Amino acid sequence: MIFSRQRTVLPGFNLTLGFTLFYLSIIVLIPLSAIFFKTTALTWAQFHEVTTSPVAMASYRLTFGASFAAAMLNAVFGLIVAWVLVRYQFFGKRLLDAIVDLPFALPTAVAGITLARLYADNGWIGHWLHGVGIQAANSQLGIFIALTFIGLPFIVRTIQPVLEDLDTEVEEAAASLGASRWQIFWRVIFPMLTPALLTGIAMAFARALGEYGSVIFIAGNIPMKTVITPVLIMGELDEFSYAKATALAVVLLIISFLLLLIINLLQWWSSRHHAHL
Amino acid sequence: MSAIATPSTSASQEAPPRRATMEPPWVRRLLIGITVGFLGLFLILPLLSVFIQAFAKGLEFYFQAISDPNALSAVKLTLITVAFAVPMNCVFGVAAAWAIAKFSFPGKTLLITLIDLPFSISPVVSGLIYVLVFGTQGWLGQYENADHPWFPWLQTWLNAHDFKIIYATPGIVLATIFVTFPFVARELIPLMQAQGRTEEEAARVLGASGWQTFWQVTIPNIKWGLLYGVILCNARAMGEFGAVSVVSGHIRGQTNTIPLHIESLYDEYNFTAAFAVASLLALLALVTLVLKTWAEHKKNAALKLAAE
Repeated sequence: MIFSRQRTVLPGFNLTLGFTLFYLSIIVLIPLSAIFFKTTALTWAQFHEVTTSPVAMASYRLTFGASFAAAMLNAVFGLIVAWVLVRYQFFGKRLLDAIVDLPFALPTAVAGITLARLYADNGWIGHWLHGVGIQAANSQLGIFIALTFIGLPFIVRTIQPVLEDLDTEVEEAAASLGASRWQIFWRVIFPMLTPALLTGIAMAFARALGEYGSVIFIAGNIPMKTVITPVLIMGELDEFSYAKATALAVVLLIISFLLLLIINLLQWWSSRHHAHL
Repeated sequence: MSAIATPSTSASQEAPPRRATMEPPWVRRLLIGITVGFLGLFLILPLLSVFIQAFAKGLEFYFQAISDPNALSAVKLTLITVAFAVPMNCVFGVAAAWAIAKFSFPGKTLLITLIDLPFSISPVVSGLIYVLVFGTQGWLGQYENADHPWFPWLQTWLNAHDFKIIYATPGIVLATIFVTFPFVARELIPLMQAQGRTEEEAARVLGASGWQTFWQVTIPNIKWGLLYGVILCNARAMGEFGAVSVVSGHIRGQTNTIPLHIESLYDEYNFTAAFAVASLLALLALVTLVLKTWAEHKKNAALKLAAE
């Protein structure tokens, strides 16, 4: 191989890199390329028609809106949760800390049916909301709730390590110069957390955009109202319209790649920012 | 009298005195309250409700639901899938981490990004790509129906054996491998990069073979990180829904994994049975959280050791 001029006594470079590239190609790269080859079966006009149809546009608006709102709610509460878990000592803290990862560990289908039952009109939470005239299940609010659930760990887990490494000396200096606790938080601590917070928001948002399992049960999937883009793709597949499904998937895939790029840039900024402290 | 006494009593209650880097007690209590409330509403309540709903019709109904032939076949299919997906991604993860952490070569950052790629792709799209490759409308289907194919013997063999990937076990295994692809690799790469290669080089110089070095030096060093990756990989493999849903075809007792079986039960309004089966996966999630916390603790100790 071309890279084999290694000045080390360790063996296995060609074997491991060769296997890595082979496996990556078979499992990820070649199947992924199929999606771009398949879209070329459509003309540009057809592609444009499928991806900008009213149904598709409604699904983008809903998917983006609900994902963004959920990421924002998680940003506020995630920051508080991370703060409390790092700074305070109280009974049950370790348990709460461990349970933050539940949305990573609990299969999405289980989360989906559970939230759907909880927020149904006769469910534990749903009947209270129903009493005050709020419909949670089979509505956009339900989608927002499901996306909040699955995005919850991202922000807590990106802020926590930064907060743990934060030197309290800076806070002490600010306090000795007469700053109030609130000023210290906004002027000193919050700016240091910003890169991590933005990274967490972007990760939660990216995860929410593609989410399927936890949403379909609570959403009710009413055409034009509560159909998110992944559910729309699934619907096209059920009718064997592969070309339409592929076109919509390409849109979702390109957005995912753009978000991945943004997250990488944010992480790079975050680590640089962090190194300067 | 009370005007004088009040400040001194409140000061003695607050011992030790509040430092400048601490919030007032009422703020602390409020923030802890918000945390407990938020996590309680969004995490603990749903988790409890899985188990309460699962036992809503009693123990007998519960055991009937989880020992139903279709449920058992779903468990079997899920275990078969995991038996392929986890070891394969494990071998891949170790190989990729070895190449990336122990050697320098151009394009390394790109390779790491590509390995992480499956995490940023919607599960539905992950399933769809395999339909496009192996489905009847996909590349494999086109090949099987081609008039003048390359390797005619292969086409004859495929058609004679009714070889199927989509709507069958191989498709489910492939889709699961895809969605769990990065788990082991992304745990091992930073760990092995932090550990460097001096220990392995020392072993080699002292006369150990490559395999000896790997088994006796590297594996003991990375075992906790490896375990951590395997735990996460296993949890996702058992619970994957979207990607598997696309390639499975939902044939009861044949191509339904546990999550798909739960969906089938739920769609029939058989809620209690759905939650009974779901409680198995919720239990798995709890075990995963416990093991993960423990392995994370061990892994961080290994990382700290490497940093010294």
